[in-house]
Amino acid sequence: MAGRFPPWRVFATVPQQVRRLAIVVVVLVAALIAARALLVPPTFGDRGHYRAASVDSIEKLPIRYAGHDACAMCHPQEVQTKAASFHRGVACEVCHGPAVQHTTNPVEVKPPAPRDRTFCPRCHAFNPARPTGFPQIDPVQHNPMRPCFTCHNPHDPTPPHPPESCAACHGEIARTKAVSPHFQLACTECHQADPRHVQSPRQWLPTKPASREFCGRCHATTADSPREIPRVELTTHGERYVCWQCHYPHHPEAR
Amino acid sequence: MASDLPRAGGGPPRPGSDLDRRAFVGACLAAAAPVLLTAAQGSTTSAQAPADTAAAGTPPRYDRRNHNYGMGVDVDKCIGCGRCAAACKEENNVPRDPHHFRTWVERYAIRADGECAVDSPNGGIDGFPAPVGEENVLRAFFVPKLCNHCANAPCVQVCPVGATFTTEDGVVLVDEDYCIGCRYCIQACPYGARFLHPETHTAQKCTFCYHRVVQGMVPACVEVCPTGARIFGEVQRPASPLTRFRRFNALQVLKPHLNTEPKVFYANLDGQVR
Repeated sequence: MAGRFPPWRVFATVPQQVRRLAIVVVVLVAALIAARALLVPPTFGDRGHYRAASVDSIEKLPIRYAGHDACAMCHPQEVQTKAASFHRGVACEVCHGPAVQHTTNPVEVKPPAPRDRTFCPRCHAFNPARPTGFPQIDPVQHNPMRPCFTCHNPHDPTPPHPPESCAACHGEIARTKAVSPHFQLACTECHQADPRHVQSPRQWLPTKPASREFCGRCHATTADSPREIPRVELTTHGERYVCWQCHYPHHPEAR
Repeated sequence: MASDLPRAGGGPPRPGSDLDRRAFVGACLAAAAPVLLTAAQGSTTSAQAPADTAAAGTPPRYDRRNHNYGMGVDVDKCIGCGRCAAACKEENNVPRDPHHFRTWVERYAIRADGECAVDSPNGGIDGFPAPVGEENVLRAFFVPKLCNHCANAPCVQVCPVGATFTTEDGVVLVDEDYCIGCRYCIQACPYGARFLHPETHTAQKCTFCYHRVVQGMVPACVEVCPTGARIFGEVQRPASPLTRFRRFNALQVLKPHLNTEPKVFYANLDGQVR
C-alpha cells in the first residue's frame, strides 16, 4: 500500500486544518531550537546549570599574594629566624604586603617594610575583645614615640630586655588594680612568678592564692592589719569557696 | 478530500485510502529530519567544548572532582587585626570603600544585661576602637565572617539565569559575564556575604580565592592570618588541615536551622553569634 503512495505526498492526503496545525508546530519547534542555540551561551550546562567557561576564566585571575614558600626560596635567613620566634605563624606578606610582583621582578619592585608605630598595634594594641594571653600593649604608655623595631626585631620579637614590671604585659590588670582599693598591693604580694615566666609566660605560670586564709591575713576578724580594711568572719562567710571565686582581687567589690 | 482520510480514532484504513500507519510515521520522520539533525549537531558541539577548554586552560593534573573545599575558623584565636579583610581586598580587587567586603571581622560585645552589640568598622581593616560603655561588657570577641559556601546554597537556587553556581569542588562562584545584577542572590543569602559591585553591577562574593586554590595555594585570608585562626582544606579528605581542625574541635556552623549546610566551620563559637 505504501509503495503506491509516496511519503512526500502524505501532506496532500491529510485534512487542511491538520496541515496548518502541523506547519505551526514545526515553526514553533524550529523557533524554540533556534532561540535556544542563540540565547544559551556556549559551554552552559556542560558540568551543571552554569557556564563551564566562567570557571576557567575565574581560575585565570591574577594572584597577588605569592605565599610563604615563595619568600623562603630567596630569604632563608629571615624565614629561619622567624621560624624559631613567636612570629613563626606570621607569614611574610602579613607585614610586607602582596609580593607576587616582587617575586617576578625582585630588583625593581621592593615590598614595603612598615616602620611606624601604627602598624604593630593593629595586632598588639590592647583590646578587651582579644583572646586572653595574646601579647598586647597600650601604645600610648608603652615606650611612647619610639618605633617598635628599636627594641623588637619583627622577625624575632622577643624584646632584648624581658619586661621588668608585670604591667608591661598585664596592662589591663595593672590599670584595673590602680583604681581599686588594692592599688597599693604589689603583684608579688599575691603571685609568685618564676623568673623564667618573662621569657616563656605559658610554660612558667605564676602562682595564685589557693586558700581562704591567704586573704584572711588582712581581711579576717582576727587579722593584725589596719582597722579600715573590711573584715569578714572566715568560718561563716562563704565557707565553701575560695575568696576570688566571688571577689575579683584586682578590683574587689567593683559593682 | 477529507473523505479520503482514515478516521480520527485510528483503526484500519478505509478502503480506497492509500495511507497506512507505516507511511505516516515515515513521512513525519522525513519532515522532522532537518530539525532533528540540527539538534543532534548542537549537542555534539557542546559535548566537545569541555575537552577543548580543559586542554587549553587548566593544568591537567587538577581534577575538580577530587576536591571539596571548606574552611575552619577558630574564634578563640582571632585577634581582630583585620589582615584577612585587607588581604582579600588586595587579592580580589574588591572596592576599597567600607561597604563592600568578601570577608570581614565582626566584634561581639555582650553586656552584663545580656544585650549583644555587634560592630565591624570598615570590616575591621582599620582596627576596632574600644567599645562604648566598655565597663559593662561581660565578654567580647571577634568573629571572622565570609561566604559559607553552603552545600545547599540558597543563592544558587534563586539565581534566575544560572550565573551563580556550585562548582564540582564545592565552591560557590559567580559568573560575572552572565550575571544580570538582579540582586536576588543578595537577598537570599542569610549570611550577608554578597554585594553588588558598584561598577560592574554584578553580584560578587568570596570565591575561596579559587584562582589560588586550583594552583595548590591557600586563600589570601588564610595566608595572612597571623594567629592561624583560619584553616583551609578539604572536607572529606582524611589528610587535610581542615580534617585535623574538625577532629580536635567542637564545631558549629552559622544558622544551622536554615539547612544550608555551610562548609565554614566555627570552633569556640558563642551562642550569641548569628
